[in-house]
Order: sequence, then structure tokens, then C-alpha cells
Amino acid sequence: MTALLDVRDLQVSFTLRRAGAMPWQKPAVLHAVNGVSFSVKAGETLGIVGESGCGKSTLARAIIQLVPATGQAVWKGKTDLLALTPSQMQPLRSQIQMVFQDPLASLNPRMTVGRIIAEPLKTHHPHLPSAEVRARVQLMMDRVGLLPNQINRYPHEFSGGQCQRIGIARALICEPKLLICDEPVSALDVSIQAQVINLLSDLQRDLGLAMIFIAHDLSVVKHISDRVMVLYLGRMMEAASKDDLFAAPAHPYTQALLSSVPIPDPARARAKQAIPLLGDLPSPMAPPSGCVFRTRCPKATDICAAHRPEAKLGTHQTACHFA
Amino acid sequence: MALLDVNDLGVSFATADGTVNAVNGVSFALERGQTLGIVGESGSGKSQIAFAIMGLLAKNGRARGSVKFDGTQILGATKPALNALRANHIAMVFQDPMTALNPYMRVSDQMAEVLVHHKGMSKTDAIAASAQMLDAVKIPGARQRIRLYPHEFSGGMRQRIMIAMALLCKPDLLIADEPTTALDVTVQAQIMQLLAELQREFGMATMLITHDLGVIAGFCREVIVLYGGRVMEQAPVDDLFAAPSHPYTRGLLAAIPRLESTGGALRAIAGSPPNMTKAQVGCPFAPRCDMVLPACASTMPDLLPFAPARARACNRRLEDMA
Repeated sequence: MTALLDVRDLQVSFTLRRAGAMPWQKPAVLHAVNGVSFSVKAGETLGIVGESGCGKSTLARAIIQLVPATGQAVWKGKTDLLALTPSQMQPLRSQIQMVFQDPLASLNPRMTVGRIIAEPLKTHHPHLPSAEVRARVQLMMDRVGLLPNQINRYPHEFSGGQCQRIGIARALICEPKLLICDEPVSALDVSIQAQVINLLSDLQRDLGLAMIFIAHDLSVVKHISDRVMVLYLGRMMEAASKDDLFAAPAHPYTQALLSSVPIPDPARARAKQAIPLLGDLPSPMAPPSGCVFRTRCPKATDICAAHRPEAKLGTHQTACHFA
Repeated sequence: MALLDVNDLGVSFATADGTVNAVNGVSFALERGQTLGIVGESGSGKSQIAFAIMGLLAKNGRARGSVKFDGTQILGATKPALNALRANHIAMVFQDPMTALNPYMRVSDQMAEVLVHHKGMSKTDAIAASAQMLDAVKIPGARQRIRLYPHEFSGGMRQRIMIAMALLCKPDLLIADEPTTALDVTVQAQIMQLLAELQREFGMATMLITHDLGVIAGFCREVIVLYGGRVMEQAPVDDLFAAPSHPYTRGLLAAIPRLESTGGALRAIAGSPPNMTKAQVGCPFAPRCDMVLPACASTMPDLLPFAPARARACNRRLEDMA
């Protein structure tokens, strides 16, 4: 079966002018995403995890051309999304939708909930009669757990969790095939976070959606993903099925991430041994040579500085010399 | 005598939408060297308790009740009295180290300021002592890097600077308000381990305010659970996790996604957090509670002790919680 989305060697770089640089000096280049490949099958959820600055959000934005990228992102085995002009991309946008991190900031404060949710429908199906639009909006609001009488309210009248429901309704109204969720629950409280995660899983199962779920919280990713990819400084460290990755993490970075997660169990939390990972993320402007993780890696040797490990192909990919 | 004795603390804000009662009737005591966790979701009033203790409430905020530090009433104390207390006896670490540090001052200057002001040290001595403290929080090359500005440090390093600054005068009480929320998980693990080490080394009482029960589990001995500005439950940390005595605590514990679970649906708490601008009648958790009784809508139960060091505020009998 061909993948719904097949991304090969995705590269995103930003040119930055250093403070105090002269106009004739070459701008610095920041490689936010560096040669990342993955595929998403229909109905499957790919979790993408990593710390801030690992390029996970940039990657999501690159797929739907919100930032310029090179490489390939083949949609349904035929169309390379990255090679499309904006007008060629436009009809495909209804099939790939996005839910953003900050629920309130991603909603227009001057539009009512009804108009926010209807907007994608009106854009992609301009000839749809307005009664039909309204009916579909009401159906979708009901589906995501919003009350019918809330249709004329404004975003500021809603709590964070409800705003995220509005964002999800807006993303799903055009019946997309792929939903990209960029940290959809990290701004929410634990009790609300669980509601939204459950809603997303239900919707995915009922609508047969494929999902790219980006998060920094490994336990959240574990709950919702079929496969997981771990990024560090713009490069893929490890990718595997959820069960393999959590049961037998092969990359030292994945292992460190897992052991850093606070354990909500006092006895086990106190028994937990020493620091898993030293130091900070290196500057993405000057990433380490060879393996980008080697400066913080407990296993690093000379070979890590000299050669960048390539991930071996297979179902459990690990970019490490020692895996 | 307890180091910190908070009794019937209330915090309210006069806003355009009416009076917001952010904190209602909160009482607790903190002994020397003790670690207390205050856990709650956004809007539960957990940060406002800290601000009220430190005398840092916003201009439209008003605190009622009593806060005694070492036997002295400090709620509503004069500015000079509070200034003598701050840093020397009570210090605070804030959530966002970038906004809490002064971006225009070198780290050396803003740290030395504390010692010059509170201990009357000379600037040179103060900078030397500050560098030592940066060493203690494990900033590599502290002696050189103390001359840098806050933006030249990473988020984790900035939080270390904040902690070092708070510890300069060896306070009796450290209040850490979501100290790791803005940090990545690997850095969070470093900072929490550092805080635990420093707490043991300096023996200061520590109040950790957070929304993350995972962070509480590894650090605190006592826990207070807040919801809608009220204390729902108070317990030693092991008891809280092993046998929560309040439906909210139980719901919160069940809603956490856990690494060791096999997946499947999470047990969410239905509904939304309370609107704090509305006057509260009854238990704030009642609309979302799965064990609600008719009385909950009208009567806020008192926080009553039921076992050593444990108290709960719930109309349900304890037996029903089993």
C-alpha cells in the first residue's frame, strides 16, 4: 500500500543576519530540519517528539508549505507537495489540515465560532448553500463537544480546552485525510488535556484520519501514536513503532528523554537514579560535527565526532554508531 | 512554632468584570526544612498564594487572613519590613527566568545587588560570593560567565542563575513558582535534581508550586491540592498518590498520561475549570465531580483532618472514596 504522505530528505533552512554583521558578509544559515524522511499511512498516527529547537514544528509547517523547504513530500504516491505552486497547492489544503498549539491565538478574535468553523468550508466549497454550511458546522460542533447555542459566541468567551475543540472542528470540517497537530495539548491543564487527547483519538478512529502528532511530552505521544519519531537538532535520532520505541529505545537520546519524564509515583520517583542527560542543547547555528547529539551523549567516542551515523532502513531506525 | 503559618488566606482582585476571588480560606503550615508542594491547574490560585506571602500581589489585588513568618505577621506588612524579609529570609524563584532577570544588567551586577543591599557587602566581595553560588548551582566557568548578560545563557542556565540568586542570602524559605514549566524535559530533570540537592545542603524549607504531579512526586514530602482557589486535600506525598481522599485528586491522578501504561483512552475530568469572576457557592469542583451530592451545590465543606497530617474538604464520606 502506498503511503498517504511520503517525506524524503526534508530540509528547511533559515538564513539569519547576525547582529552587527556588515551587509557584504554572508548571512548565517540555520538548518532547522536536516534530511528527515518518514511516511504516514492512511489512518495511522505518527508521533514526533523532541525538545524545543529540534525542528518538529518547522517540519510540520514545511509539509503544508508554510515555510519553504527542499526535498520531497509525496502525497498519495503522485504529487510532490513541495514542488507545487501556491495555486496548485490550494485544492490539496482541504485534505491536509492543521491544529495549532496556542488555542486562543490561532482563532480570529473578531469572528464568531460559527464563522471560524465555516471558513474552510466556504473557501473550498464556495457554492455550498449557506443552510448546508450551517448544518455541517452544527454537526461538527456537536462532534467535538461544543454546544449548539455557542455558535454565535466569540473565542475569548471560551476556556483553553474549548478553544482547542473549536480549532479541531475547523480543521476537520473539510473532511481532511491528514491532520497535523502541532503540540495541541501542551497549553492545556492535565484534566483538559486528557479530554482533548481522547477526542482526537475518537475522531481519528471514526473518520479514518491519518495524523501527525507533534509533542514534547513522551507520555502524551505514547497514548496517541502508532509510530514515533524522535528528533534532535533537526535530525532524526530514532523512529520505530510505539511499542518498540517505548519498550526498547535504542538511541541514547531516546533513552535519556524517557528517563527524564517525571514519574507520578513518589516511591519510584525518589528511587530514580541520577541525572539522565548533562548540559544544554547546542546552538542550532553551530551544530556539533558528526552526530549532533554527541556533546551530551554518555556513549560518545571519537567516531561520533568524525562521522554522522546514518539510520539503517527498517521498521526500527536508529541513527547511532552504537545501536 | 511553624516557620510559615498561613491561616484563612484569601486573595481577591477588583477587575472590570467584578471581584475575582482567586484564593479562599487557605490554611497551611510549613516547618523548617520541610518541602511542601502546592499543586493545581491554571486559575486554581496557586501562584497568588505565593505572591500574597511575598507581598507581590498586583495593584488591584487584596489579601485577607493571616500569614505569620517565624511568628511575625507579614500579611500587609510595610514595604521596609517586607524588604528586610525578602531575600534574607524568604526568596522566590519565578517561572520564566528570562522575564524575571533584568536583561540590561550583567548577571554579576544583579546578583551582587542582592548581597550589597541585604548584607552590606562591598561590590567586589559580593561578586566573588555570587560566583561561588553560581558554582554551587553547577554553571560551568562561573567566574568568567558571571560577567555575561542573561540573554547569553540558555533557559536552563538562566533558571540556575535565578536559583543561585534566590539562595545568596541563605533564606529560611524558598518559594519556587513553576520553576521548570518553561524548560525542556531533560533540563527539567537537571533543575529538579539540583533543587533537591540544594534543599538538602542548605536545609531550607521549600514551597514548590506546580501543575505537574510528576514533579511533586519526586520532590515534596507534603502536598496541598488546590482547585478553584480552595484547598481540596492535604496529605503526605505517598498517601496522596496511594490513597487520594478527594474526587478531584483522584480524577487528576487518573488523567495523567503515564509512560508505563499501555495506551487506550485516558480518564479525563469532564467539564471546564470554574469561572472565577462568578461568586462561588458550594464546592468549586461540584460541576465536574463524578461523586457529586445535592449538598455540594450549596455548601462548601470545611477542610477537616481525618488522619495524621491529612485533611480533606469533601461532602462525601471518606468510606465512599474507597
